[in-house]
Amino acid sequence: MAEEAIKISGKKKSTFLDKVRELLPEGGNLNLCLTCGACSSGCPATGLEGLDPRKFLRMAALGLDEEIQKSNWPWMCTMCWRCIYVCPMKIDIPQLVYHARKLWPRENRPKGIRGSCDMALKHDSCSAMGASEDDFRFVVEDVLEEVRKTQVGWETLEAPINKKGATYFLNQNSREPVTEPDEMVPLWKIMHVVGADWTYGTKGWGAENYCMFLADDEAWKHIVEVKAKAVDDLGCKYWVNTE
Amino acid sequence: MRKSFGDAYAEDLRFVVKQAVGEENFVDMTPNRSNNYCCGGGGGALQAGYHEARRTFGKIKFDQIMATGASYVIAPCHNCHSQIHDLAEHYEGGYHTVHLWTILCLAMGILGPNERAYLGEDLAGLLVPETREAEEDE
Ligand code: SF4
Ligand code: SF4
Repeated sequence: MAEEAIKISGKKKSTFLDKVRELLPEGGNLNLCLTCGACSSGCPATGLEGLDPRKFLRMAALGLDEEIQKSNWPWMCTMCWRCIYVCPMKIDIPQLVYHARKLWPRENRPKGIRGSCDMALKHDSCSAMGASEDDFRFVVEDVLEEVRKTQVGWETLEAPINKKGATYFLNQNSREPVTEPDEMVPLWKIMHVVGADWTYGTKGWGAENYCMFLADDEAWKHIVEVKAKAVDDLGCKYWVNTE
Repeated sequence: MRKSFGDAYAEDLRFVVKQAVGEENFVDMTPNRSNNYCCGGGGGALQAGYHEARRTFGKIKFDQIMATGASYVIAPCHNCHSQIHDLAEHYEGGYHTVHLWTILCLAMGILGPNERAYLGEDLAGLLVPETREAEEDE
């Protein structure tokens, strides 16, 4: 339960819900809620900050825009879609949450998410840990050389970088090259065993996209475009995201 | 699964995991497939700074895992891996959290000695492939 009762003052002044409805296909069905509560029963974020998906949607429907803007709850919803899955009306609550995140001034959004997005914008690597194109190449080549030297039977293991025309463009979560590079090797071995024609790209290798979680549309778009271009420039057929 | 390829894809992954660990060693959690719960690490939650809320969210996943009685949890996504690993430490679950690639390479007998950071003692020494000392560069 919320600490204080929420007072509904006079006439509906809402624009938030209407704005979000305009943006979504079928208005995200946001006006179709039956208040059945299925979403709240099934949502793991129910109870955090005294809220749940149904309450959050009701707040929007009642025009409590200010309360929505002040709530931390949108940062606790993981946008997992379980509520949509169980909702008889297929109401898009995660999109409502996403737009509630956008109500926060960028500089007030959670520092960790913002920092990760900003890091990713620094290089075309798109790494949320700020590892550059050269950093990545260095780590991959270093780890590969070690495996070839020390592991019997893997003298010809490959971890291709920027290989034109490869079928699969593989990306990698930054945590592997940056904090636990040996964890990349099993993946290379699997690709080798199945005979996959694959490559990393120095550009766009970072798998994560915190700009999306930050609800920074422009930055999100930029990251996706850099990655897509990297795949296209190498002429790869498939973009394999390990996230 | 729920958000992208759907349950057919979940079946494919079950096939892969069962091939690697053996049918009898695979335990599904309940509920599962599209009805499963998110681990709580997604949507930026790992970096959002609301750690207590993130772990409360994840408690459902933790309880699901404990109910299986399994000693290993396979997480193909790095984000989920980090969250589920953290839940094990925080709530003292005692299970191990491994990437899918670790289990696949272990099963094929090609998981190198340095690639076993997430295996427990019971599996760490299993099927270790042959290595040699690195020669100094000439
Ligand atoms: S499950 Fe759908 S219809 Fe039911 S309360 Fe939630 S949003 Fe409304
Ligand atoms: S998307 Fe958000 S509101 Fe919906 S079930 Fe998941 S955490 Fe709850």
